[in-house]
Amino acid sequence: MPEFLGPFLEVLIGGLLAGILYSLVALGFVLIFKASGVFNFAQGAMVLFAALALVRSIEVLQSWGVNAGLAIVIGFLFSGALMVALAFAVERMVLRPLVNQEGIILFMATIGITFFIDGFGQQIFGSDAYQLDIGIPKESIFLLEGVFEGGILVNELDLWAGATAGLLVLGLALFFQKTRIGRALRAVADDHQAAQSVGIPLNHIWVIVWAVAGIVALVAGTIWGSKLGVQFSIAQIALKALPVLILGGFTSVPGAIIGGLIIGAGEKLAEVYIGLPYFDGGIENWFAYMLALVFLLIRPQGLFGERIIERI
Amino acid sequence: MSARRRPIGDTLLVVDGVSLSFGGVKALTDVSFDIREHEILAIIGPNGAGKSSMLNCINGFYHPSAGAITFRGVKRAQMRPHEAAMQGIARTFQNIALFKGMSTLDNIMTGRLLKMKVGLAGQAVHLGPARAEELAHRAFCERIIDFLEIQAVRKTPVGRLPYGLQKRVELGRALAAEPTLLLLDEPMAGMNLEEKQDMCRFILDVNDEFGTTICLIEHDMGVVMDISDRVVVLEYGRKIAEGTPDVVRANQAVIDAYLGVAH
Repeated sequence: MPEFLGPFLEVLIGGLLAGILYSLVALGFVLIFKASGVFNFAQGAMVLFAALALVRSIEVLQSWGVNAGLAIVIGFLFSGALMVALAFAVERMVLRPLVNQEGIILFMATIGITFFIDGFGQQIFGSDAYQLDIGIPKESIFLLEGVFEGGILVNELDLWAGATAGLLVLGLALFFQKTRIGRALRAVADDHQAAQSVGIPLNHIWVIVWAVAGIVALVAGTIWGSKLGVQFSIAQIALKALPVLILGGFTSVPGAIIGGLIIGAGEKLAEVYIGLPYFDGGIENWFAYMLALVFLLIRPQGLFGERIIERI
Repeated sequence: MSARRRPIGDTLLVVDGVSLSFGGVKALTDVSFDIREHEILAIIGPNGAGKSSMLNCINGFYHPSAGAITFRGVKRAQMRPHEAAMQGIARTFQNIALFKGMSTLDNIMTGRLLKMKVGLAGQAVHLGPARAEELAHRAFCERIIDFLEIQAVRKTPVGRLPYGLQKRVELGRALAAEPTLLLLDEPMAGMNLEEKQDMCRFILDVNDEFGTTICLIEHDMGVVMDISDRVVVLEYGRKIAEGTPDVVRANQAVIDAYLGVAH
């Protein structure tokens, strides 16, 4: 084995696993964008909101003397139900009155939703940083010690995150491909008018996609929260999803996954092999945006997005 | 018209004094007519006469600002498109509105969404009843595909099909819902002669074999006069004539609308 391969793989795997988390946030965006053409600015706030609900409900249950395992299960059910309730509220109070409005107006509305969720979440759940521990092991482990000198360092939490994200994506893919509701969702994504004419009620579909995006936000929030603690900065990871979406395309679920992996691996590799030797480090934070900018110049629809040609 | 299997029956849908305006623009003014069971009714008129707006009112995309629409004896206030679909009204669009990413078969299957009954949990496991239901609906869709002679493109994403075939797939999706009333918005626009003849044959067959009532908008007068039982003529959002093709053809107001009036 060449000597450089071990460290390279370690950086690559670390990057890919971090990228999975970006993918999860981007996935929430794609779901809503596909079904309603709305760029949901509130996705990051929803991640924070779900994580706060989870961590605080577990704390409260434990303070009532509920045992830890049961508290976690109830905490998940509660936060999941809360995200579904949020979907109903958003459809009823924001989307329904704005039906048939321009995309930009709906986008502005989601900015409003962001402020509301941020404020509301911190009002009822508090605005401190909370430790989220749902029993995912966080040990660092070494893989392939026989092959490489010192093995490859991987965090167990990242492996769990990867497995969870994989399952989630598989589940969503089955849901979209195999069920009647999935077919209705794809129909709505393709053409609103035609979908209505075959009897698909748009309102129900919107509730379903927002609820699914809420559940995805809960999963993303759980993993980010376990890793970094639940705090306001989680809402900012939505920004990282933007380059992922530009790379993968706004309308593609596989694009969100692969875009996240490329961004995750790309920024770690760039940091180690370009940033540290030539720039004294620190390029990790802006590398993703640079990559997105390059993509906007050469392939604005992203890797898997639909090419939209405006006819004049 | 040759002798038909199902004679024209009672009134199916009544349009009574319907007006529609967008801001200051009046698209329809006090339009009344009816559609009878098993007939083929054509709505004609110059561009901008309000024909598509009329169809959009019937299937609930637009809500008339005045007047009422009664379907199967039930007067409706503010009906939404999916409710119209549930009551048995299916349609096609002037600018084809298909689900471009899906195959021909999947597009036609969406037409049967309302007929599917198995709940979400059953759907999720995709076993037993859900699978049996899917197969039954699929068999129905295959019959439509045979009927429209599009077997060869069953699995092709419709975005890649030529225009004439897309029009046929769109008709197939509407038929999949087994509609009582079928609304066709310019089913033959942009087609060559051969494609038009095929489409005419399908429309007549649908009407004859399934007894589907059809209301269509068409610009090709030859086609309109050939296949329709009755014709309603709109101009500037008002009805100017109604009757059998022969009566309408001889109507002075219609001739003026199409050829212009000497001043």
